[in-house]
Amino acid sequence: MPLPYYVSPEQMMKDKAEYARKGISRGKAIVTIEYRDGILLVAENPSTLLHKISEIYDRIAFAGVGKYNEFENLRVAGVRHADVKGYSYSRGDVSAKALANAYSQGLGNIFTQDIKPFEVEVLVVEVGDPNGSKNEIYHILYDGTIEDEKNFAAMGGQADEIRRYLKENFQEGLDLAGALQLGVRALMVTQNKTLTERDLEVAVLDRNKERRRFRRIPSEVLHQLLEPGT
Amino acid sequence: MEARWQAAFFDYATSSFSEVLRRSAPHLLPPPSTWTGQDPQGPPPVPHGTTVLAVRYRDGVVMAGDRQASEGYQVAHRRIEKIFKADDLSAVGIAGAAGPAMEMARLFQTELEHYEKVEGENLSLEGKANRLGQMIRVNLPMAMQGLVVVPVFAGFDEKAGVGRLFKYDVTGGRYEETDYFAQGSGGKDARDSLKKRFKRDLGKDEAVRVTVEALLDAADEDLGTGGPDLMRGIFPTVKTITRSGISDLPDDDVRRHCEAILNDRGRL
Repeated sequence: MPLPYYVSPEQMMKDKAEYARKGISRGKAIVTIEYRDGILLVAENPSTLLHKISEIYDRIAFAGVGKYNEFENLRVAGVRHADVKGYSYSRGDVSAKALANAYSQGLGNIFTQDIKPFEVEVLVVEVGDPNGSKNEIYHILYDGTIEDEKNFAAMGGQADEIRRYLKENFQEGLDLAGALQLGVRALMVTQNKTLTERDLEVAVLDRNKERRRFRRIPSEVLHQLLEPGT
Repeated sequence: MEARWQAAFFDYATSSFSEVLRRSAPHLLPPPSTWTGQDPQGPPPVPHGTTVLAVRYRDGVVMAGDRQASEGYQVAHRRIEKIFKADDLSAVGIAGAAGPAMEMARLFQTELEHYEKVEGENLSLEGKANRLGQMIRVNLPMAMQGLVVVPVFAGFDEKAGVGRLFKYDVTGGRYEETDYFAQGSGGKDARDSLKKRFKRDLGKDEAVRVTVEALLDAADEDLGTGGPDLMRGIFPTVKTITRSGISDLPDDDVRRHCEAILNDRGRL
């Protein structure tokens, strides 16, 4: 029996990371921005049926970039985690932090144990209450690395440039139209074409809503919000 | 032998929250059947919900319930809620053993929300009604020991553009009613009242009045059903379900209806 080739652990991890990063950078980007009434999520996504942004629980939303089947699996696992937790304790006990940790564990295990790592990055965001508790934004990478971000976050293809643009242009207390326009401009930094409501998937977690705070913004409303001057 | 890739095709059951629970947290579900025969001591004394009803009207369905839970000849609770919002377009009215019934309503709510989030769209009203029937059937062993749960389910059918209502038997049998139905210990009295007063295509105000009147009649005749309590300010729960969602009728409106009815009957 021939001996398997020896590959050093460093080399193996490097190869896997490079493979995952390549897959992710091919995908289109997603940005999330905190605004006056909550958190906004904007994805470049021409499909109206296959979502990249979804509801997880009352105050928690999910966004994924990379391979659709992989982040879709993660999304459904997240909904299950949240629903089981909310049913066995109470709705208020479901937190983005626990969910983000679960994603981090899961992706970390896949990265070290499986031959092929997941080519995904996910965002888990939780909106605060109207009484002033803070929003939370967690960014989890393909290898399980977890970061908490403030004000804004970006992931997907050319996320570094988008992040740089957001850093320079973000202001606190933007209204929905302002935050949306900023997000769309950020997504356009890396490309020449203009993005319209037809290329976008947009949702918010609105802190002023009751119970389930996730809301998709339909394209007619997007069109109005993107009009300059609103 | 089933190939591994085929699993994804048979995984549709995992849009179901109870299925997720069965696999990952079975202790949260009702215990599996261990029933071996009638308990000679009879069912344990537990609070029972009494009268709930649903009435179809022009824009959808009105659902209502009294606020009393009874334990034998005792009042167990004066302010219990028996009409639970299941999702934006449907509600469950619980009758029978209050504990298991409320737990079933909570599981049903989670079930609908879970399906909606996983699949990205709502279950049809028909699908919701069937799912509730299956949950009642799972409860059959407990029902045989005396912990009967028989809800009334009503909602707005978006496809058909009308309100619809369903009653159940203890085995999970599902029967659709066209006009109205009332369940629980005062159910028969409420139905008798509705039989005389119900008309097709009532407006909202009239439909609410007919509904409240049926509850008052049930409270009049049935020990277990609580009437409006003017002293404590406890009134029946009344919810309307229409195309634009579920809304609670404010207590003041219910009070107004109660007083008007009692006035007409010369008892106020």
